[in-house]
Amino acid sequence: MNTVQRSFLSGVRAELPLLVGVFPFGMIYGALALSAGLTPAAAQWMSSILFAGASQFVFTELAREAVPAVVIIFTIAVINLRHMLYSASIAPYTAGLPLRWKLPLAYLLTDEAYAAAIIQYEKEGVRPTSHWFFLGAGLALWLTWQASTALGIFLGTALPADWPLDFAVPLTFIAMLVPVMKDRPMVAAALAAGLTALLAAGLPYKLGLILAAGVGIAAGLLMEKRS
Amino acid sequence: MNPGIWLVMIVGGALTFAMRLSFIYLFGKFEFPPLVRRALRYVPAAVLSAIVLPAMFLPGGVVDLSLANYRLLAGLAAVVVAWRTKNTLLTILAGMAVLILAVWLGGMMR
Repeated sequence: MNTVQRSFLSGVRAELPLLVGVFPFGMIYGALALSAGLTPAAAQWMSSILFAGASQFVFTELAREAVPAVVIIFTIAVINLRHMLYSASIAPYTAGLPLRWKLPLAYLLTDEAYAAAIIQYEKEGVRPTSHWFFLGAGLALWLTWQASTALGIFLGTALPADWPLDFAVPLTFIAMLVPVMKDRPMVAAALAAGLTALLAAGLPYKLGLILAAGVGIAAGLLMEKRS
Repeated sequence: MNPGIWLVMIVGGALTFAMRLSFIYLFGKFEFPPLVRRALRYVPAAVLSAIVLPAMFLPGGVVDLSLANYRLLAGLAAVVVAWRTKNTLLTILAGMAVLILAVWLGGMMR
């Protein structure tokens, strides 16, 4: 096995545990999209066109309530604004890549692929085959998302609505969050962001998330100065 | 189904892709100020926490600190497992197990 294959496979392997949380989420999405009146084709295509779990759920909810198109698009943009932060955070590591690599990697830049890739980059820096690791993690997630969506569409209402499977995603995020808590500024950033998100949960269009991210980052920087 | 849904999906998808590509594309074309570079270190902690805490503390849209908030119990169990083991798979499975058990026991007691 050469270094490219090894790097790709370790990306896939790093992503595997996260997929345990992603799979049930994709199934719920598929079932929910049908119940909101989307055709199976639209529900499946959304998983590759939008390819962003949280915003797909909100999309189906808003489509059910017949919310105006402009509002749905605005809400999607706000929810996915965090991907711009991911993009900025990972950009220094992908800087040397040609555009034909930047385009697919950007498309694959979801929460979970970002988490796996940024941990690897921070640990090992940029190696000649690092982008294969990122690609492996991203593709593993993409395939899982498509397959779980399809299964959710197929099972549809056979999926029991009272199973708390949706909590698998916050649990995945807990697993990614806790190991990051290495120093006081990080803890301050997490606490400040979390509290702000709780207080701002009532804001429309999920604006609380972006506000919380801003407050958390500021808290981290302030704590850095103090220590 | 409303045909406009396809349009919304495509515009939303294009916007999402543009945001994901933004800095990956632009980096190297200009320098980030040092403050921005330092600020970006806090992105994962801040964003993940801002998603996790409401999911644990506001399951029905209002703050619920009671024992009947199974998501809070399950989330706390997951935090402990994540902290002790640093194992993603164990964390998710432990949290899910606690949540399903709590829902099941709660249902029996009702």
